[in-house]
Amino acid sequence: MRLRTSIRTLESIVYPIAGMVAVLALWQGYVWAFAVNPIVLPSPLAIARATAANHEILLSQTWPTLRESVYGFVLALLVGIPLAVCVANSRILNLTFYPILIATQSIPKVAVAPIILVWFGIGMESKLVIAFLVAFFPVVVDTATGLKATPAGLLELARSVSASPSQTFWKVQFPAAMPFIISGAKVAVTLAVIGAVIGEFVGSNEGLGNLLLSANAQLDGPLAWAALVWLSVLGIVLFFVVVAAERVLMPWGHH
Amino acid sequence: MLAQVPQPMTDSSPAAEAARAFGRFRNVHQEFLQDDSKRLVAIEDISFDLKEGTLVSLLGPSGCGKTSFLKIVAGLAEATYGVVEIRGRQVTRPQPDFGFVFQQANLMPWRTVLDNVLFPMEIQRRKDAAAKRRAMELLELVGLAGFENARPSQLSGGMQQRAALCRALVHAPKLLLMDEPFGALDELTRMEMHDLLLEIRRVTNATTLFVTHSISEAVYLSDVIVAFSKRPARIADYIEVDLPYPRTPALRYETAFTDFEHRAGIALGITR
Ligand SMILES: Nc1ncnc2c1ncn2[C@@H]1O[C@H](COP(=O)(O)OP(=O)(O)O)[C@@H](O)[C@H]1O
Ligand SMILES: [Mg+2]
Repeated sequence: MRLRTSIRTLESIVYPIAGMVAVLALWQGYVWAFAVNPIVLPSPLAIARATAANHEILLSQTWPTLRESVYGFVLALLVGIPLAVCVANSRILNLTFYPILIATQSIPKVAVAPIILVWFGIGMESKLVIAFLVAFFPVVVDTATGLKATPAGLLELARSVSASPSQTFWKVQFPAAMPFIISGAKVAVTLAVIGAVIGEFVGSNEGLGNLLLSANAQLDGPLAWAALVWLSVLGIVLFFVVVAAERVLMPWGHH
Repeated sequence: MLAQVPQPMTDSSPAAEAARAFGRFRNVHQEFLQDDSKRLVAIEDISFDLKEGTLVSLLGPSGCGKTSFLKIVAGLAEATYGVVEIRGRQVTRPQPDFGFVFQQANLMPWRTVLDNVLFPMEIQRRKDAAAKRRAMELLELVGLAGFENARPSQLSGGMQQRAALCRALVHAPKLLLMDEPFGALDELTRMEMHDLLLEIRRVTNATTLFVTHSISEAVYLSDVIVAFSKRPARIADYIEVDLPYPRTPALRYETAFTDFEHRAGIALGITR
């Protein structure tokens, strides 16, 4: 049995890598075979070289983007979860705020970005706010869904032992909603990075989004793509930070 | 025909007086307002007494109002009218000295087995060393020693229901309410649970109201079977099961046992 699990683990590492290598090889072969202009599509090797040559600037431009994303994400959790608690537990608040929530969600964030820039300036605040705006919605919706989806049997159990409303919330509803909150957070953290980059595109003087734009403007294809790769790595790392948090917060796994 | 049905004694003979000391249900009636705003009478008129230390089964077909009645006794629901008294006091809300076992184990997946069992004590802010000792003793009694740190998802259905039983008993309830607790289990596991419940009753002596739609389960476990009619629930028969203790699986094949099954079958209208 242990052997089978370790084969499983091995498979789950080997196959994704094999897939990645295959795609990169095809890409490299295509660029070589057709001598594609690196401004249009640089080869993976060219991107790797550009990454190595520019690693200092890439690293230094990662910090602003990381900070904007993480702050926006954390703010989305801090505001989103309590709001979801209110919405899930009060019919009146639900009726009052849910339509507004849906309405704000349907506004395209890219379109608001210039306005946010006017309000909050060209510095970090405007990026943080845009990251917050895009990350906020999945947190609220998933948390509220999770709180409302508390198994009826557990609520009845709480009632049968005369649990107070706050005991019922903290000991039953909230832990029962944890899987939903975490899946909301996984979506939110990825969106937060996108939000930060949108902000940087619209107006900034630092960050990976800014670097990507200026590399593009200077027709430096490999550097633009290196920034893009760096951005995805940032997104993946943040995603796995949430996955690690899930392991700590939910040692019982998902059920 | 209804007039011939033996109804429970509700007079003031000495025996009835003693019964009055524990549970008294008089003319319990419950109606629900349905979605189409028609009234649905779930419980027509139920009166009987619950003697201390006995196990009384509520036996009846699905949908006849057994759960509704049990929830009223538990204080989880309200009768439209009627008297529900436990130890001389009208029940209007869940009582800290009641224990409830649901059809589903209702264990919290994020808690260990031990912490699930201790949940009532935690709610009552009595989760101390003594409570933990008692929880461990109960887990041992039901055969879950060694599983106290397991998660519910690691247990089989029967084991989960055993843990739920421990949770209902951890605060030493005076009244144990069980709603088809073994209904979701397979036959063999269910028979094991029957013997376990008999053993638990011997040890704890808790007064028990036990809802079931299984005739043989009711006969095997009960001192008294209150057979409910189809909805709206009335008492179809009140059967005092004077089979001796200790009851063991061999009892299931004796004529005295099958005679009781027959009588209950007649009450439910499935045989003559
Ligand atoms: N809260 C409720 N609202 C409306 N109807 C209900 C409600 N609870 C139970 N009923 C109805 O009352 C009847 C009895 O239900 P129940 O007590 O659960 O039956 P049993 O437990 O004997 O199977 C059923 O027809 C059920 O649909
Ligand atoms: Mg029922």
